[in-house]
Amino acid sequence: MQENENQPIRQEHAGFPWKQVIGLLLSLALTFLALWIAVGLSLPVNVTIAIIVALAIFQAFIQLFMFMHVTEGTEPVHQLISILFGIYVAFAVVAGTIWILYAQMG
Amino acid sequence: MNSITNFLSHFFVTGDPMIYGADVSIVLVTLAIFFVLTYFKKWKWLWQEWLTTTDHKKIGIMYIIAALLMFFRGGVDALMMRTQLALPGMTFLNSDHYNQVFTTHGTIMIIFAAMPFIFGLMNIAVPLQIGARDVAFPFLNAVSFWLFFAGAMLFNLSFVIGGSPDAGWSAYAPYAGTELNPGVGENYYLLAVQISGIGSLATGINFLVTILKMRAPGMTLFKMPMFSWSILITSVIMIFAFPAFTVALALMTVDRIFGGHFFTIASGGSPMLWANLFWFWGHPEVYIVLLPVFGIFSEVIATFAHKTLFGYAIMVWSMVAISLLSFITWLHHFFTMGNTAPVNAFFSISTMLIAIPTGVKIFNWLFTLNKGRIHFTTPMLWALAFIPNFTIGGVTGVMLAMAPADYQYHNSAFLVAHFHSTLIAGTVFGIFCGLHYWWPKMFGYLLDEKRGKWAFWVFMISFNICFMPMYFLGLMGQTRRMYTYPAGLGWGPVNFVITIGAFGMGVGFVIMAYNIIWSALHGKRDTTGDPWDGRTLEWSIPSPAAEYNFATIPTVSTRDAFEAMKEDKRAGKEKAPAAYKPIHMPNNSAIPVVMSAFMFIAGFGFVFWWFWMAIPGVIGVIGCMIARSFVYNDAHLIPVEEIERTERAAGRLS
Repeated sequence: MQENENQPIRQEHAGFPWKQVIGLLLSLALTFLALWIAVGLSLPVNVTIAIIVALAIFQAFIQLFMFMHVTEGTEPVHQLISILFGIYVAFAVVAGTIWILYAQMG
Repeated sequence: MNSITNFLSHFFVTGDPMIYGADVSIVLVTLAIFFVLTYFKKWKWLWQEWLTTTDHKKIGIMYIIAALLMFFRGGVDALMMRTQLALPGMTFLNSDHYNQVFTTHGTIMIIFAAMPFIFGLMNIAVPLQIGARDVAFPFLNAVSFWLFFAGAMLFNLSFVIGGSPDAGWSAYAPYAGTELNPGVGENYYLLAVQISGIGSLATGINFLVTILKMRAPGMTLFKMPMFSWSILITSVIMIFAFPAFTVALALMTVDRIFGGHFFTIASGGSPMLWANLFWFWGHPEVYIVLLPVFGIFSEVIATFAHKTLFGYAIMVWSMVAISLLSFITWLHHFFTMGNTAPVNAFFSISTMLIAIPTGVKIFNWLFTLNKGRIHFTTPMLWALAFIPNFTIGGVTGVMLAMAPADYQYHNSAFLVAHFHSTLIAGTVFGIFCGLHYWWPKMFGYLLDEKRGKWAFWVFMISFNICFMPMYFLGLMGQTRRMYTYPAGLGWGPVNFVITIGAFGMGVGFVIMAYNIIWSALHGKRDTTGDPWDGRTLEWSIPSPAAEYNFATIPTVSTRDAFEAMKEDKRAGKEKAPAAYKPIHMPNNSAIPVVMSAFMFIAGFGFVFWWFWMAIPGVIGVIGCMIARSFVYNDAHLIPVEEIERTERAAGRLS
């Protein structure tokens, strides 16, 4: 319970934050790539959706590893529970929305 | 010249004497505040002690002051609506004005009164309950508060400048879109709620980390006080529910400000998608404002029954179950939008399921009271009144959960009575309960019991006079959000009784405000730090708590940690206090308040489509973030001599 003594968190200012910069550039690239695929190309709708969903999942992993310290921390069970909860909520909103909006009575 | 007059008459809301009255009172109050601060030379004090603070207790107090003000504003809206509906064919408000008033009433009560009030109480109590010296991210905590404040001020500006939103607090598309709603009102809603929503999300992250990482040594999760448990679970819900709302608000902002088509009828938009996303946040939001007060009631009932809480583990697991179920019930807010039977059946069953863990909690409170030595203090009265009144709201909720029956109840006064029974008997009773309970810890004196009980009885009885008849009015056919009704329908007498109840609740609130002022002058001092014979750690330190909360961090071995310490003391097994060490505390910072001022400027610019104003505002916000990233030394040490001096002054050191 080191944290409780309110000690300053060890700052790691050694060197340039390459990880974060690469993460930022990759995130920007993936975002604009998705935009270009949706707006700039005229692929079939299903193909467009499949590609941008794949890019979104890739970007989620970049966020988790480059910015959100998913590999660090002393209690990995916290990470596991929050990721499982996140998957549950994401599934609820995506699957629920599709089910509700596409199952409208005609 | 003509164009200037034309601009001003659209910029300022004109034509209603009540608005002119509001204009005058806003100017007078602002001048009075400036005069008082200048006359008593309090500007520096205000800036150093309050506006730039990162102390969780002061941030909590600021949240509560702001929330009480918003509660007053929302309450005045309610009384205006009830005056208009008191008799058939009243002409107190016209239909447009009535629409604006119910919209601001709902938005303000949920987003700018209930939530910040709860944030205030959790800011004050959670770090003290878990034996911490501040939250995990004190700077972020100040940012959260100031973002909420900027959002609240922006929203409240709408009724004198530009015009208020009028599409309900749920702002359904397509009515909230630019085609049907061309003014700036809905822009205010989108920007103000978005800005304060960012603050709420940050608060969720802050308290999740605080509770997981900063508990006193020995305090495992299952030894935490129940209020802290409720905040842990609420934080999780906030983190996962708010992004859906953030996205929905951003998409509608794109629709309204930049001409997008996410929720329009034309060009492939889906108006129903707004309702869907809104309630994906909106239903968990119900639990964001309810679970914390469940925690408050658990603390208060255990304290004043002088017993440990019955069924601790079951209480925790029922909150976990509520947090999971709260994400799969949202469709019950729009059963009647033409869904297929399997969809309605699924959400009907999930909604009924959520009543089970809630019912389990009700029984746990009753068993905690069973054979307890009950003290009927003001906080305990609020907690005891909560149980039956809230249960009525819960049972009518199960009635509404039946999809076929919902076609009858939907959008009727029955629904209005239901959600007020849960939100007033649950959330409002709970925040008043928590306010009286933790007041001595915040200010070092108690709120007066006699006046507090008067406020309680007047408010509670009036609440029932107001909302019990409303169920029957709904069954008689009156719908919500209608601004008048003809005499022949026979609704007049019931409506008149409801209006009497509404004004009674206003009187109850005024008595409570009077009690706050009276007690500030004559209230009983809390010299022990433990006025209620409390069971949890916040009562182990002096009232009001010192800047650093705990001179030495306590070690915890059981639930009800302070009760165990007191028993040890009675048995003569008291441990010798540990020696003081210098304490590391966060510095004040001006960045949060400056950043929120830029956020306000940006928001105001977007509301009026004034990009020349919005863009500098956004640049200012980013500039504040950059400035913050260059602050390397954001903390100071409190030396041992100062701790000794403070503890001696509080009578804790001879």
